[in-house]
Amino acid sequence: MITIDRVSKTYAAGHQPALDDVSIQIDRGDFVFLVGSSGSGKSTLLKLMLREERPSRGDVFVAGRHVNKIPNWRVPGLRRDIGAVFQDFRLLPGKTVFDNVAFALEVIGKRRHDINTSVPEILELVGLEGKERRYPHELSGGEQQRVAVARAFVNRPPILLCDEPTGNLDPVTSVGIMRLLDRINKTGTTVVMATHDDEIVNQMRKRVIELRGGELIRDQVDGTYVREADE
Amino acid sequence: MRLRLILSETFGGLRRNATMAASVVLVTFVSMLFVGSALLAQQQVTLIEEDIASQVEVDVYLCGEVDTTLVANCAGGGVTDEQESVITDVLENGVVSDYVVDIVRVSREEFYALLLDHDTIGVIASSSAEDFGPVLRIQLTDPSYFAYIEDAVGGLDGVADVTDQADAFAALFAVLRVLTIGSIALAAVMLLTAVLLITTTIRLSALSRRRETTIMRMVGASTFVIQLPFMLEGAIAAVLGALLAVVVIYAGVVMVVEEWMRDLVTWVDYISAPDVLMIAPWILLAAVLLAALTSFATLRRYTRA
Repeated sequence: MITIDRVSKTYAAGHQPALDDVSIQIDRGDFVFLVGSSGSGKSTLLKLMLREERPSRGDVFVAGRHVNKIPNWRVPGLRRDIGAVFQDFRLLPGKTVFDNVAFALEVIGKRRHDINTSVPEILELVGLEGKERRYPHELSGGEQQRVAVARAFVNRPPILLCDEPTGNLDPVTSVGIMRLLDRINKTGTTVVMATHDDEIVNQMRKRVIELRGGELIRDQVDGTYVREADE
Repeated sequence: MRLRLILSETFGGLRRNATMAASVVLVTFVSMLFVGSALLAQQQVTLIEEDIASQVEVDVYLCGEVDTTLVANCAGGGVTDEQESVITDVLENGVVSDYVVDIVRVSREEFYALLLDHDTIGVIASSSAEDFGPVLRIQLTDPSYFAYIEDAVGGLDGVADVTDQADAFAALFAVLRVLTIGSIALAAVMLLTAVLLITTTIRLSALSRRRETTIMRMVGASTFVIQLPFMLEGAIAAVLGALLAVVVIYAGVVMVVEEWMRDLVTWVDYISAPDVLMIAPWILLAAVLLAALTSFATLRRYTRA
């Protein structure tokens, strides 16, 4: 489903690479934690998968596409196969929960009938039934992140990329979000989650890929994570 | 579905950025006012030139006693009937006759009376009609044929001088052309101002809605869907400005040209309200292209894929 083949990424000439000769293979239905301290290259890796950035060297393949080679006009098609969740939720404050989720379908041209069917289904899946008319500022952090997950998953993409989705949440709420992501993973969706939250990684016992200084130092099934002391 | 979204985003953007939209409307209004005025000024100058050109004549001054010592062709004294009949024959039956529409003979008495009318220092009053020759006033099929007439009769005995009335209007035409070029230059400056302001406005609009456009990109919206609302915002504001310009130009032509100047200076043709309607579609098209192209160039940078 995702292949990272000997990828390096340098943002500015003369600087240390953000990623250095990294190779990863992620299969359909996998749940993968990308761990490492700040600046280890986790977010860069996610950006390469989303074609937010292009690698300086190496190749990135996602959902059957050679991501660093596809022309710009095919990038929207790639992104419809990837749901993205971020630490800061990125909700539209002027839109209700329903409209925030519907927005993701509207902009890719889904019909109103399909939207009216899909949005309530996904809101029920993430546990927000009955809160369709609320605005983001009327929700807790955990609920806002559930809206963000609903928006990322409403189009049923085969891949879900999450960049520190529990970074702004308390431990109890984080567990709820992790349960939600686990449930989505069990539908066959590949989930890749960047985090440096060791408690969550150790509770979930999923595959762990650890980066340090842009290099891959560990790829472990049922892995754990011990945060470095300075984090 | 997407049409509704795009329209909702467009009008939502116009509502949220009402001040910026108003500035685009105003700058487009002013620049299109200058563009429209420059076009109409150009038309008016052409009308005046054609009008004057159709009225100017060539004057053939025949010899009078006063010319005897001044002009070689008049050495024999005032023009004789025979000389005048040769001159008239060249004009009516010679090779230049095809260029001549009409010949009006102004007798020396009539010419003297005309000179007296314009004499403010009394120099004419001290002379008599016999001192002057008659004048042949020739209307040509095209005023540019003056040189042929001059060649044909300028050297004949009894002809004191051949003059082109168009020379008297050359300075007027030069002034009108300078004014037209000036208005075109001013219109160009205003267009540049409009481009810069629309660029700034669209950029600010895109930056203020970065959250929306980022989400749109992340969920796979096409670049077209992301950029179109911004382009429509610019185009709608520009069209409003252009419509305002057309209305003001129309009112200006009706009130200033048709109701005031037409009665003030009656000897020239004027542009009229229908002329404004003829240029109106071009003004609107120019405004839309101005806004759409400026938006497109700006958005390529601020809403990248």
